[in-house]
Amino acid sequence: MGLRTYVITRILLTIPTLLLLLSMVFLIMRVLPGDPVALHFEKKAEPAQMDAMRRILGLDKPLWVQYTDYLLGLVDVNYFVSHGYPNFGKSMQTFEEVGGQIFSAFPATLELALYSMVIASVIGILLGVASSKSYNSIPDHLIRGFGTIAYAIPVFFLGIIFQLIFGVYLGWLPTGLRINPRVEPPATITGLYTIDSLLEGNLYKFLESFKALLLPSLTLGIILSGIFIRLTRSNMLETLRLDFVTAARARGLKEGTVTYGYALRNAFLPVLTMMGLQFAMLLGGAILTESTFSWPGLGSYIVQRINFRDYTAIQGAVIMFGLFVTVVSLVVDVLYAYFDPRIRL
Amino acid sequence: MKKTKTKLRSILSTLMPGLSSLSKRGPSGWMVLVGIAIVSSIIVMTAIAPWISPYSPILSRVGPIRAAPSLQFPLGTNQLGQDMLSRILCGGSLMLQVSALSVLICFLIGVPIGLFASYAGGMVDSTTSLVIDAVYAFPGLVIAIAIAAMLGPGVINTALSIAVVYIPSYFRIVRSQVLSIKELTYVEAARAVGAKWYTILFRYVFPNVIPSIVVVVTINFADAVLTAAGLTFIGLGVAKNIPDWGWDLTDGRQYLGSGAWWIITFPGIMIVLLALGFTLIGEGLSEMLNPKLQR
Repeated sequence: MGLRTYVITRILLTIPTLLLLLSMVFLIMRVLPGDPVALHFEKKAEPAQMDAMRRILGLDKPLWVQYTDYLLGLVDVNYFVSHGYPNFGKSMQTFEEVGGQIFSAFPATLELALYSMVIASVIGILLGVASSKSYNSIPDHLIRGFGTIAYAIPVFFLGIIFQLIFGVYLGWLPTGLRINPRVEPPATITGLYTIDSLLEGNLYKFLESFKALLLPSLTLGIILSGIFIRLTRSNMLETLRLDFVTAARARGLKEGTVTYGYALRNAFLPVLTMMGLQFAMLLGGAILTESTFSWPGLGSYIVQRINFRDYTAIQGAVIMFGLFVTVVSLVVDVLYAYFDPRIRL
Repeated sequence: MKKTKTKLRSILSTLMPGLSSLSKRGPSGWMVLVGIAIVSSIIVMTAIAPWISPYSPILSRVGPIRAAPSLQFPLGTNQLGQDMLSRILCGGSLMLQVSALSVLICFLIGVPIGLFASYAGGMVDSTTSLVIDAVYAFPGLVIAIAIAAMLGPGVINTALSIAVVYIPSYFRIVRSQVLSIKELTYVEAARAVGAKWYTILFRYVFPNVIPSIVVVVTINFADAVLTAAGLTFIGLGVAKNIPDWGWDLTDGRQYLGSGAWWIITFPGIMIVLLALGFTLIGEGLSEMLNPKLQR
């Protein structure tokens, strides 16, 4: 199978998965208690008024009609052509198109996720390799201890501690928001503030957005690095024992070349797979990180919408999270084939 | 009464040599031991808290407001003038209940589904796997938040919403084990002598799955503790004003600017310790069970 056929098949396969997920969320929300109409009026409305609202939102119809109506309204062609993304239906609270709200919140989450992933991989791989090289000695124990503790810290607790140290006591870094509120955010091109400000050529804005990003992404990155340390370490331990590593050493290659050029290249593959699998966990952590740092991303959006039982908004955000995870796992699989020529997609 | 005593003694006598032999199994054995020590001391501390707390954990103004740690209040006081030490001593109760209950729910749902589906094979297995994998690949916290918000506060509700997230881990580990075990010769032999399918499943296959489930259970405990704290942090916790580490950490956060570090630091450390204890047990056990890592 060629790369293109593989990618297309994978994309097509995500449709049933997403549909399944969406149906589950659709059903869960309507079965469990809570009423978007009552919450909209804050329980002060006349019953007739509430019934009218229910009719407008289509909530008076049987479930399966609501379901098919929702699915058919997911992609409005005109909206898609003019905006470049689907509308995902109308919000039950604000009556705006959910797509617009989601796609303005998404870049914040994407930026946070990207930077955290980079931090987690760098810390995880470097410490994991160092740990395996000093197997069963003090550095190994220290690094493993760090990894285990990193896994056991609630992400928001680490965030709060960072806020306390770097924000309150030292006053070095901002403790919330994507950019200093006195600085105008860069014009939206990618939606990622650090990249947009560079594209704009504005170094000041770049520094401001980078400073705001530092604590949240460090928090999430350190939490995730725990898993990467453990994985890199155990895979390196297995690889370092293999014959080709001994052979490389016997040929007199430098230890650094053997470790990073030979062993790590092989031990990296399972770690890469894990990165794809852990991405869902990263997004879970991102939701909590976003609430800790008042980060206006998709996580904050979904938490806020759930309180209003805004069915359509939550469903839209769920699709978006699902898509995000799928795209990442696809990228990971393609990378996998790149790193390991033995794998044919 | 006597019967339970002898029963207890027999359980203890089988456990004790097990514990002491753990220390002979190198670092992974020690990890398990330390983990067990942390978790059991937290459980004991929570159980005897009402008798050893110096002040009432719910009474406000037992001391000055936001007083720094001192001899009279070793861990300081919070924004209501409550004694932090007493709140720390009592605050594990809800978290322990919620995580234990959610682990139980996960176990009771995930393990049987995994056993039946993978043993049955064919369509049953592939459809169940598809559904479970869809949940697994999705950020579980989103689902937990949604369910917790809809169900409202309460120990059982919170436990349920956490359980939904972790059922897939049980299913997947059981499935991967059963798929290989059911092809083994001794299972084939059992089938050949005419054993019923449920006998094979529960008497022959299930016991061999247990070791891997134990690892999942302990890791799941740690995750449940962290998720419970996370739900509380978002405002979907069990209840307000009940002494609870998660709640104290969340509420104390508002006073971060005043520099009152003790209000958030101590509850946070307790959550870390509890999660760490379970993680250590889980990691140690999985290392012992994985001969590849021993050299």
